[in-house]
Amino acid sequence: MSERATGAGPGLDFRARGERVSPRRRGAWGWVDVRGRRLGQWAFILNRLTGLGLLVYLFLHLGVLSMLAVGPGAWDGFVSTALTPAFLALDVVLIFGLLFHGLNGLRITLVGLGLVVNRQQALFVALMVFGAIALLIAGLRIFAVG
Amino acid sequence: MSSPVEPANDTHATSGTGRSVRFRVSRFKQGDRKPHYQEYAVEVAPETTVLDALTAIRRDQDPTLILRHSCYHASCGTCGMRVNDTEVLACVTEVTELGGGPVKVDPIANQRLVADLVTDMVDFYDKFTAVDQPLVRGSDAIPAATVPPGVPGFTRFENCIECGLCLSACPIVATDPRYLGPAGLAAAQRVLEEPREADAFSVLRLTDDPQAAWRCHLAFECTAVCPSNVDPAGAIMFLRRRLASDRVKSIFGSGWRP
Repeated sequence: MSERATGAGPGLDFRARGERVSPRRRGAWGWVDVRGRRLGQWAFILNRLTGLGLLVYLFLHLGVLSMLAVGPGAWDGFVSTALTPAFLALDVVLIFGLLFHGLNGLRITLVGLGLVVNRQQALFVALMVFGAIALLIAGLRIFAVG
Repeated sequence: MSSPVEPANDTHATSGTGRSVRFRVSRFKQGDRKPHYQEYAVEVAPETTVLDALTAIRRDQDPTLILRHSCYHASCGTCGMRVNDTEVLACVTEVTELGGGPVKVDPIANQRLVADLVTDMVDFYDKFTAVDQPLVRGSDAIPAATVPPGVPGFTRFENCIECGLCLSACPIVATDPRYLGPAGLAAAQRVLEEPREADAFSVLRLTDDPQAAWRCHLAFECTAVCPSNVDPAGAIMFLRRRLASDRVKSIFGSGWRP
């Protein structure tokens, strides 16, 4: 422990004296606690949530495709379910996840390599506006087809 | 635990014409299992800062309240804490800015808690010493400045006031004690920007590590809470650009990589 850190001599070093200190690292709660946080933390959280959601979707998608091996009856039954409004709403959620994760990933890639660093928040907003428009169009088309 | 206390008749934090504001202050003493909140009522004037209110509590209501402060004007960084879940310097945060509700006061997060609002900053400073001191810059004072007796010389970390707010706000620091952290990486970037006599090669080598520049996940919360406009997240990104550029150059036989 440096004296510079505390401005005190070793006599005031409570760790050297064996006193207990409470580790207050916030742990995973620090990833999801948005109280008092700004846009960057929301992007951080949503990127992880959408990433996990897309991973789950990938396996669900493979499971659904396996119905093809069961036979036409199973597949046709799934397709009729997939055209219900509740299922179509899930499609919109899926597209939201794809758009957010992809577009925010583009921001992370650019900024993470030191590009557009000073404009990263404007870049995020611009990408999200683009994503919202794309999501709106996709949602309208999904329900029009459904 | 809650123990409401009558408003104090304070002469600095309160003017006698202010309003009463409730403070929920995190309390912790050596031997406690975990922190708890204690409530106080303080009469505040429009210009009363959170630090004014806390020192008034300590002076007039509860002398066992432990907090750390020094300069009262955002220069020393010692009064960094979490007020209503946001990292701030208490000395420049006016209570009236915080709305009408109770004001929640916690110590900065992700550091070891010593008592009440005081954390052990040793982990923070260890991030600087971990790089064998190249991040501690020489004095910016004029050469003719008088060095007080017993002080070997002036040192400073550029604009960083060493408050630790960036470490408190960073989600990665919350889970990874090995992460060099925003303050240390921002200091590294300053060395690269202006090496003076520092060994830029060793700084680059240090920061090109999964637990250093590449560990940041771009939440930019460190930059958002920094009271000194250091922009640690921006510094980390520029550091990455330098590292990525050097990595590409090394493919063609230049750059710092062997």
